[in-house]
Amino acid sequence: MAERAVLGVHRGRQGGAGPGAHPSIGGRRRSLADRIGERGLYLLSLAAASLSVVIAGGLVAKVLAEAWPALSAFGLDFLTTSAWDPVHGRFGAAAFLFGTAVSSFGALLIATPLSILIALFLSELSPRRSRGPIAALIELLAGIPSVILGLWGILVLGPVMRDTIEPALHDTLGSIPVLGNLFGPDYSIVGMLPAIVILTIMTVPIVSSLMREIFATVPAATKEGALALGATRWEMIRTVVLPHARPGMVGAVILGLGRAVGEAIAVTQVIGGTEGIRANLFLPSDTLASRIAGQYQGATSDLQIASIAYLGAILLALALLSNGVARLWVRDAAGAAA
Amino acid sequence: MTIDRKELDAAGRVRHETPPGPRTEVPAVDRVGVEHGASGSRVHLEDVKAYYGTKRVLHGITLSLEPGVVTGIIGPSGCGKSTMVRCINRMHEEVPGGRCEGRILLDEIDLNGPEVDVVGVRRAVGMVFQKPNPFPTMSILGNVLAGLRFVGVPRERRIERAEAALTDAGLWDEVKDRLSDPGVSLSGGQQQRLCIARALAVEPDVLLMDEPCSALDPAATMRIEELITQLKRRVTIALVTHNMQQAARIADVTAFMLAGELIEVGSTDRMFTDPQDERTEQYVTGRFG
Repeated sequence: MAERAVLGVHRGRQGGAGPGAHPSIGGRRRSLADRIGERGLYLLSLAAASLSVVIAGGLVAKVLAEAWPALSAFGLDFLTTSAWDPVHGRFGAAAFLFGTAVSSFGALLIATPLSILIALFLSELSPRRSRGPIAALIELLAGIPSVILGLWGILVLGPVMRDTIEPALHDTLGSIPVLGNLFGPDYSIVGMLPAIVILTIMTVPIVSSLMREIFATVPAATKEGALALGATRWEMIRTVVLPHARPGMVGAVILGLGRAVGEAIAVTQVIGGTEGIRANLFLPSDTLASRIAGQYQGATSDLQIASIAYLGAILLALALLSNGVARLWVRDAAGAAA
Repeated sequence: MTIDRKELDAAGRVRHETPPGPRTEVPAVDRVGVEHGASGSRVHLEDVKAYYGTKRVLHGITLSLEPGVVTGIIGPSGCGKSTMVRCINRMHEEVPGGRCEGRILLDEIDLNGPEVDVVGVRRAVGMVFQKPNPFPTMSILGNVLAGLRFVGVPRERRIERAEAALTDAGLWDEVKDRLSDPGVSLSGGQQQRLCIARALAVEPDVLLMDEPCSALDPAATMRIEELITQLKRRVTIALVTHNMQQAARIADVTAFMLAGELIEVGSTDRMFTDPQDERTEQYVTGRFG
């Protein structure tokens, strides 16, 4: 701001040196309203930007302060303990870390190829006229409130899972050594698998629309170069579009991961909310976010509240980490492309 | 001329009928074809009209590109030069709303015919673009190998074909020690010659060059022009240029286009010294455009 004021004076002097010669440069000062408007806009936007930094900082501080009793009581053992026992005051995040990892990676495992296919369809393969409407419909999915998705998960998805999909998965994949342990044989309306499906539905719109934007950055000249060499559309996609987009695609997936890790309500509704680490995807489990949403209201002791805040701190760290990594990755990709 | 036509005739792609085409068997000296007269195909456009959506930008072009000859296509910006050559390899239809009518014959095959596979067309009719467009994620060698992979040249033969193409494009000596460097690490002129090598590697019958030097400095331009003169005996060349001096230097035949029409075509000497049409004369003497 100081610099700007100096500049204004400087301009004024310049105008004085040659009055009337270049009136638009500095001979005539800008009107008062203009100057107030400009300064006002600057201050307002500065305040808004500062506020977001203050809120973020305050948030981190508050979460850490709330978690302090649990942090001092359990230390880092909290991360490796899977017990969650309000009666005896023993708490640990291991089961929820496991549940978060399985549900998020499981969802991304399905959502990533699906999103790539959707984005390729919309950016390269579908008839041009249908692209806008289809893209809008997919992005509309992102606007469904997660509690509605969760409700659908309980009422529709859960029963179908228990009665049809889970038995079918068990029959086909259950006999594979080691991997088969993921699939059955106990079936349940609530559990890890419905959570994975819900998280997939929630991440696909985001990841696919990000990927569509990334595919759109592949220069037309490069694509034309491949087509003019006699590449089929698939060969063009494989040799030019995907390699060019790869770094950005990784960033998009990590952003999707951040979304899946942080989703609470819909997961709480369908995952079952139990402690313990189990391989069987059909059984109830719980995630960090879902545990926080499910138990904060009914917490019975200060240590339990602190432990929930500790879960929140872990979640916050994970979210910031994945967001930061994704941003760096996307920026590097953009830099490499330019 | 000896390239396997089935690749174009078949509704689907028939790639391996005569694997990489018998032309590759001929020794390098022969392929240059200096003693044996020109190879390459004749392209004949007959009443070609092109559209962007409902807007017609070519109003019925009839023109032949002869083997062994560089056909220069000149005319002011927006006259349809690029659109015309992009109709020949059917790249025009990649543009939203792009559409082309009329007959374009490659020797005796109508490239717009219902039986013709567009991928086959582009294998027979190569293209070099205005701005060098090497594949940015690929090495120098990888750029040349890419096309060979599309065409289905067996893996073990690709390297020698790539070397031959880089040699033909006058780039081999400059890049042979850094083949795995990124293609975009080359200078602009080298990148453009890399793109020419990439196009030559798949052994097209026709090479469309759409203002290939407009992004290059004079020295790089001269190298490309020399290259075009060397290549014209083995591949039919159409050279779009906004630079009349360039047409005068290297085109054997020059065609002048204006507002989507072909105004006049003839030997370059005559076009520049004794144009028949008043508009040609005005253009080549620099009175408009």
